Amino acid sequence: MHELSIALGIVDIAEKEIKKAKKNKVDLIELEIGTLAGIEFDSLEFIWPAAVKNTVLEGAEKKISIIEGEAKCGDCNHIFKVEKIYDSCPNCKSYLKGIIRGKELRVKYLEVS
Amino acid sequence: MCGTCGCGSEENGVTIQNPKEVKTHDHHHHHDGHTHSHEHANNHHHHDHDHSHNHDHEHSHAHSDNHHHKTVIDLEKDILQHNDVMAARNKGYFEAKNIFALNLVSSPGSGKTSILERTLTDLKNEKSFYVIEGDQQTLNDANRIDALDIPVIQINTGKGCHLESDMVYEAVKKLNIKDNSILMIENVGNLVCPSMFNLGENKRVVIISTTEGEDKPIKYPDMFYTSDICIINKIDLLPYLNIDIEKLKSYALQVNPKLKFFEVSATTGEGMKAWYKWLKEN
Repeated sequence: MHELSIALGIVDIAEKEIKKAKKNKVDLIELEIGTLAGIEFDSLEFIWPAAVKNTVLEGAEKKISIIEGEAKCGDCNHIFKVEKIYDSCPNCKSYLKGIIRGKELRVKYLEVS
Repeated sequence: MCGTCGCGSEENGVTIQNPKEVKTHDHHHHHDGHTHSHEHANNHHHHDHDHSHNHDHEHSHAHSDNHHHKTVIDLEKDILQHNDVMAARNKGYFEAKNIFALNLVSSPGSGKTSILERTLTDLKNEKSFYVIEGDQQTLNDANRIDALDIPVIQINTGKGCHLESDMVYEAVKKLNIKDNSILMIENVGNLVCPSMFNLGENKRVVIISTTEGEDKPIKYPDMFYTSDICIINKIDLLPYLNIDIEKLKSYALQVNPKLKFFEVSATTGEGMKAWYKWLKEN
């Protein structure tokens, strides 16, 4: 359940930013999470209320933009969508690839007041 | 709340201990002076590596019906940044002292500690080794390593399911590693969570045993994707098992075509030579 560590990492980032901006609470937080980032979205949802309780994120609206995986084939340079990290290139069947998108795990922005 | 385990009490927090120090006391781990209630894992250390692009954009949203002043803070900040920064710090330390650091990951019971024991026993006269043991509870693994006279630190993560780079940083400080050594970091037995947390290691070694089933690499692909080496352990049991090792390898290569394999039995010693050769060459 590393999603808890992740959620608490997000809380930590939010607490620091609120302090820096001299504000009181977060109204909205937007996260960017890639489908290949290793995050189970259901687990994150499950753990979220417990993680944000009594923090600046309690009561904040949470938006998650999901970034679909994309890779470039290491053999033929074809760019293709990746659902599973072991998908092969649809063009040449090679498993050698570089992930271009989908590993993101970021706090995109906060709306604070 | 505690960063790694999510519990409210210190009881389940992270502790970092040298088994030698503990042995002199009774079996209870919370004796004076030695309970490092390490304040937390990635989450509550306030290392301010604050980035320059972090100027507070004051967009005052011009919603005509909304007179609240909302401030938008653009961040684009990696959530794992703290872990990555501390991992980079570890890595720099290892490089400067020419320490070859390995992060050993696997499911519980694949034989990480047995492989370590065998390796240390066979090579300790040729190379200098140091070990960091990660488990949720107990000093059992550290005691097994300590019995071989190898310097070892046990990290107990409490409810935490993986090691993080700042735990390793603290453990490394206690180990006082000599130059030109090999550092073995045995992660918490878990084929999922440790994959996301870089510890600053030179190579990541995933261990899978023949009793686990050949499709583990595609069931738990992230761990195989992020590893450099795959040790297949317990090959002495092959006659009794219905597992196709070639199939296991081909699944693993689908996930990560760069994986290098060693097939070993930590119990009988079969196949260990090739692993030792690689270890000594690096």
